[in-house]
Amino acid sequence: MLEISKLHVSVDDKPILRGIDLAIGAGEVHAIMGPNGSGKSTLAHVLAGHDHYTVTSGEVRYRGRDLLALSPEERAREGIFLAFQYPVEIPGVANIYLLKAAVNAQRKHRGEPELDAVDFLALVKDKLQLMGMSQDLLYRSVNEGFSGGEKKRNEILQMVVLEPKLAILDETDSGLDIDALKVVAGGINAMRSPERAILLVTHYQRLLDYVVPDRVHVLAQGRIALSGGRELAQELEMRGYGWVEAEAANRRKGGA
Amino acid sequence: MSSTLKLDELISQDYKHGFYTEVETDSVPRGLSEDVIRQISAKKGEPDFMLEWRLAAYRHWLTMSEPHWATVHHPPIDYQDISYYAAPKSRKDGPQSLDDVDPELRRTYEKLGVPLEERALLAGVAVDAVFDSVSVATTFKEKLAGLGIVFCSFSEAVREYPELVRQYLGSVVPYTDNFFASLNSAVFSDGSFCYIPPGVRCPMELSTYFRINARNTGQFERTLIIADKGAYVSYLEGCTAPMRDENQLHAAVVELIALEDAQIKYATVQNWYPGDKEGRGGIYNFVTKRGDCRGDNSKISWTQVETGSAITWKYPSVILQGDNAVGEFYSVALTNHYQQADTGTKMVHLGKNTRSTILSKGISAGHGQNAYRGLVKVAKSAVGARNYSQCDSLLLGDRCGAHTFPYIEVKNPTARVEHEASTSRIGEDQLFYCQSRGIAPEDAVSMIVNGFCKEVFKELPMEFAVEAQKLLGVSLEGSIG
Amino acid sequence: MSATAADFYRDEFARVDAWLPGRRLPWLRRARESALAYFADTGFPTLRQEEWKYTNVAMIEKSRFALAAPDRDGVTAEQIDGWSLPGMLRLVFVNGHYRPSLSSVGDLPGGVTLTGLAEQLERAPERVEALMGTVPAAYASGFAALNAAFMTDGAYVEFADGAVLDAPVELLFISTGPDLAMHTRNLVVAGAGSRISLIEHHVAAGEGAYFSNAVTGIVVGHDAEVVHHKLQQESRKAFHIAAVQADLQGGGRFTSRSFALGGGLVRVDIGVGLNAERAACTLDGLYMIDGRQHVDHHTRIDHARPLCTSRELYKGVLAGASRAVFNGKVIVHADAQHSDAYQANRNLLLSDNAEVDSKPQLEIYADDVKCSHGATVGQLDPEQVFYLRSRGVDDASARALLTFAFAEEVVERVDIEPLRALLETLLMGQLPERVKELL
Repeated sequence: MLEISKLHVSVDDKPILRGIDLAIGAGEVHAIMGPNGSGKSTLAHVLAGHDHYTVTSGEVRYRGRDLLALSPEERAREGIFLAFQYPVEIPGVANIYLLKAAVNAQRKHRGEPELDAVDFLALVKDKLQLMGMSQDLLYRSVNEGFSGGEKKRNEILQMVVLEPKLAILDETDSGLDIDALKVVAGGINAMRSPERAILLVTHYQRLLDYVVPDRVHVLAQGRIALSGGRELAQELEMRGYGWVEAEAANRRKGGA
Repeated sequence: MSSTLKLDELISQDYKHGFYTEVETDSVPRGLSEDVIRQISAKKGEPDFMLEWRLAAYRHWLTMSEPHWATVHHPPIDYQDISYYAAPKSRKDGPQSLDDVDPELRRTYEKLGVPLEERALLAGVAVDAVFDSVSVATTFKEKLAGLGIVFCSFSEAVREYPELVRQYLGSVVPYTDNFFASLNSAVFSDGSFCYIPPGVRCPMELSTYFRINARNTGQFERTLIIADKGAYVSYLEGCTAPMRDENQLHAAVVELIALEDAQIKYATVQNWYPGDKEGRGGIYNFVTKRGDCRGDNSKISWTQVETGSAITWKYPSVILQGDNAVGEFYSVALTNHYQQADTGTKMVHLGKNTRSTILSKGISAGHGQNAYRGLVKVAKSAVGARNYSQCDSLLLGDRCGAHTFPYIEVKNPTARVEHEASTSRIGEDQLFYCQSRGIAPEDAVSMIVNGFCKEVFKELPMEFAVEAQKLLGVSLEGSIG
Repeated sequence: MSATAADFYRDEFARVDAWLPGRRLPWLRRARESALAYFADTGFPTLRQEEWKYTNVAMIEKSRFALAAPDRDGVTAEQIDGWSLPGMLRLVFVNGHYRPSLSSVGDLPGGVTLTGLAEQLERAPERVEALMGTVPAAYASGFAALNAAFMTDGAYVEFADGAVLDAPVELLFISTGPDLAMHTRNLVVAGAGSRISLIEHHVAAGEGAYFSNAVTGIVVGHDAEVVHHKLQQESRKAFHIAAVQADLQGGGRFTSRSFALGGGLVRVDIGVGLNAERAACTLDGLYMIDGRQHVDHHTRIDHARPLCTSRELYKGVLAGASRAVFNGKVIVHADAQHSDAYQANRNLLLSDNAEVDSKPQLEIYADDVKCSHGATVGQLDPEQVFYLRSRGVDDASARALLTFAFAEEVVERVDIEPLRALLETLLMGQLPERVKELL
């Protein structure tokens, strides 16, 4: 589904990612963990196509295609979804307009008939229920005046409506209380399927108690320092990130 | 250092720089004419180009009329009733070293707390002192000269570095610029000159202390600072005057030039005599200050604390010519009794990715009138320009005024300009909260006012920040009912 | 000013004097003559005047617009249907003259007067005299003086104490031909506790250059409410100059919603006097312009007495080589304690050649006040654009959608459904087809 090789990324000429290699297959759930500033969010944004980040070298292939050659909207229409850590507020644009625009952009891209308002509403209503959200939220402006938890739920709502092939969730668990976390996790688990890949970007392992990953990767200083099964997340929770960084530094020294 | 000051202590203080120094003065008769200008130029032994420039300025000035667009009001100024040159009569042509400075003058500066002695090394500040119209002493000249830095009186610069003066004088504020700048160009008597050579970081704060002493004189000094490529300088200016019943005119011009990668920080604590409680006397402070970020990546910041003068009319500005140039303006202006201030800045964005920040804090008390007037102009060439302006006013009492007049002119669609302004007073709930914690209302007011200005004070060098806080307290005297 | 323009208007006055309304009323005659004399003296404003420094009216000075006679009328009822908003009472003005035959006022309840000013001058000249006041010593500008000298007609709207109408009143101003001048004067009087909702709607029957110079005086009585909508769809070559002055008594509320979409050179002055305690006003505006349009709004709110509130939001979307000016002044006078004022001007620059000059101003002479203002000039937020693109919306549509949303903030406050619908249609006219399907 997704193959990242030797990916180097800079922001304002400052290298952030220094050679990421990562492959995610269909049906898999991977978690990227790491301390603040390790480059987790950068990776998520690069995959979605944010132009603030410059890819200096390396390659990303998505379903056999060169992902980096696509515009953000083409990526979205090809089935990539980024749940933002800080969802943007867009005053004046109703949530439902955005959702409908997104769904129909995708359908048109796939050569499917676009949904009319009635069909669309029927589709969304089910998903709203799943996310424990009220319908009036659809008519409010995108994320405007939403609480932190509401914004995150809204991101997951968009994801379950759009049914992406590759979902990237950037710190979706941060700032959620335990009830909201369970709802969000429920939404993510509902998305697990053999055709779909999910990439969880998170600082803490608590989301992983509810969404059990197949693989866990630890990002440190712009590289994947360590990979393992879900037990790696638990080890990190107990021991912190310091030892991974130290180990990574040692290994680099040894290798040099 | 305690960040708050005892207001009851402070309000017992009067204008403490209001003494007059008995020194023999050499001045030209009142009035203005080409002859007077020739006299001034001759007294200073100036080269011809200087005299020609002065005369051109004078002839231009004659075609102009006093501006009246500011929200300040004053009786007409009789420009023929002012003496345009007053110098303390010194033994020789001028002080050759500190020892030559008239002891009376040295005592004056001691009273003002201006370190003229070499022991001021401890304070790390090099000082040029301007008394009435002439520079009386410049400290640390030799140490600075070792680095290639020129820091001297303007008169000396005209004699010793005529090429530099000729190249840069009037290149930021031409003699045609405005009524008061033209007047200054015609009659300016002295001031400070500073040149920092390429790549040199000036190791100490440079400072000029201005004092108006003689009666019926105007002070027209001129400051010119050039930071060559990659140079850095931080410059401080302080001003005081004796208490008098009549108004005195101060029309200075300051020009700053920052070449590529250079940075100039210019701070002013202006405490000219503000007049008495009934609005009698005080200085008319009509000043033109402008910086030119001529080179790429250059930066000019103005910081001003304006507590003195009967009327303040000044707009320290930055022309952002070089790409990525940065302009900053941080201001605290306080008007009490019958003081009037119309002050602000102009940020003119010409280069690409130029940025500017404006932070203005106006405090009005008594019958004081305080206006922020600022221009942010983004030219068509200024791709990616950014400006953020914030103008806050604090009102103490119901007979004062606070005004905000920003002008925003944008001709480039990639620019982002944001202006915000607010007006508030010290809330009864704030005072009550402080009182309920055992703080006297006067202290609470002082605390709140200082808090209001904190963001600007932190741009000042430490010694000046302390002085600025004290000044605020003194200037607020009698404003707490 | 050039003697020629003064001469032209003097000659013009001599030409039209015979058919100007109210010519038998000495007070009005005096007012016209003194206004003409004032104009001859001061002429049109120039860039040297602070209030006009960004708007050059030399083209108006150079042109020779002739005052339209009452008989020049080629407008049909079908055309009116095309322009007008459904479900309103309507006063129709063609080239500055009231046309009862094209208007639909219906049976009005007692206490409501809806008619043309010229007609009211015949019917109740003393009442008009009292409202128009004595001859002012000075005018806001040469335009106001010209209006006072040449005023032909306008809407006369008076609601007695407590009067209310179910339907809003549309004042439809139609210009039919090039080279015409229209000097109209509207008078709106809301008695205590009454409620008036007006839509001043300017349309053009042709594409020519003409000169529309309108002055509107509004009196808002105790606890009365006046909502003044203005939809300006003049021709792209038209000169549209307008001044509105609203004076409020205690507890009165005044709302102005101004939508400037048309016109070549447009200047609108809106003044509000909050003259008694607890008066409140809201000034909203939207200018959406392109080509070489120049639109200048000057607003002035006087907080003259304590406990008054003002809210102002002006937004602008500029494309092409258009230029917008916003100058908003809020003055809190001495002793107007507990004044509460907020003012914002937000501009979106969409093209390289567009230009905006914004000048929000606060003048405050009382201390216990809550006043703030803000002004911004910028582009669409790139993070918002990226967010929409990451959801599959293409770049052009994302920008169009965000532009619409920017303008919609002002439009959605309109509570007259047909007007809001028309405004949204007009805004969408500027968006790509694709976005229209989404909305």
